[in-house]
Amino acid sequence: MLAAIIPTTTYYLVLASVLFAIGATGLLIRRNPLVMFMCIELMLNAVNLTFVAFAIRFANIDGQTAVFFVMVVAAAEVVVGLGIIISILRRRPGATADDLAELRG
Amino acid sequence: MELLVFVLSSAMVLGGAIGVVALRNPVHAALSLVLTLFGIAVHFVSLEAHFLAAVQVIVYAGAIVVLFLFVIMLLGVDKAENLQIEPFPVQRWLAGIVGLGLSGMLIASIVRGRDTLAENEPLPASGDDNIRALARNLFTDHVFAFEFTSVLLIVAVAGTVLLTRKTSPDEKAATAEQAARLQASQRQQADQ
Repeated sequence: MLAAIIPTTTYYLVLASVLFAIGATGLLIRRNPLVMFMCIELMLNAVNLTFVAFAIRFANIDGQTAVFFVMVVAAAEVVVGLGIIISILRRRPGATADDLAELRG
Repeated sequence: MELLVFVLSSAMVLGGAIGVVALRNPVHAALSLVLTLFGIAVHFVSLEAHFLAAVQVIVYAGAIVVLFLFVIMLLGVDKAENLQIEPFPVQRWLAGIVGLGLSGMLIASIVRGRDTLAENEPLPASGDDNIRALARNLFTDHVFAFEFTSVLLIVAVAGTVLLTRKTSPDEKAATAEQAARLQASQRQQADQ
């Protein structure tokens, strides 16, 4: 009986919203800039999942193209963000997001 | 069968996500991020997005997480943090409320609109056709955006090289000397 249930778009959307909420909570809780970056990746992946779910729901490939662009932008964002984190942490080892509240070097 | 795949990969996704948020060591957080990304790739396969599933594994789980691990090892921040220290204790509670409220509201709106989402229309594309359809869409409708992503990548690479470059002492001295010379010549001009 259970095996007959096929997961519909609703299932994927619920999963994606829970994943997005976990990512947002982690971004607010954690203080290590690297882990905050990982939480941003979680949120981006949640959005990608909704894009693909809607792409199959409306039989429109545009959603998958959007995911492709999100992936490219995420890769660029991670590279630049990690570059900034490296140059900050080289100057002050062990800095947390709280220590970086003021922009003075 | 589909339900079983969905449940298992959802467990992977959510377990990995909770691991990213809750684990104290950044290396462990990065590894549980891999778990989440693989789970998402499985979902992509079951949603007929085969190309994106491959890209997800190669780019996200391969490149991005390895980049994270490189940075963690390079900076030597792979010590476990003490999560007990909390300079602003209200923040955890507020963040929890925000997370629960966000997911609650999203799920409520999805459940209200579930009648419009009940059935999947069968995608005309499957298997090899997925890549073909995606490529046709990308290189016809979105070709300008595609070209601009190449500009974005070049800018990101150049910016990162510039950001993380260490200026050597010689170079610093040279710049200071140059600045002093410029100042002297300006003063001379002002005197004349």
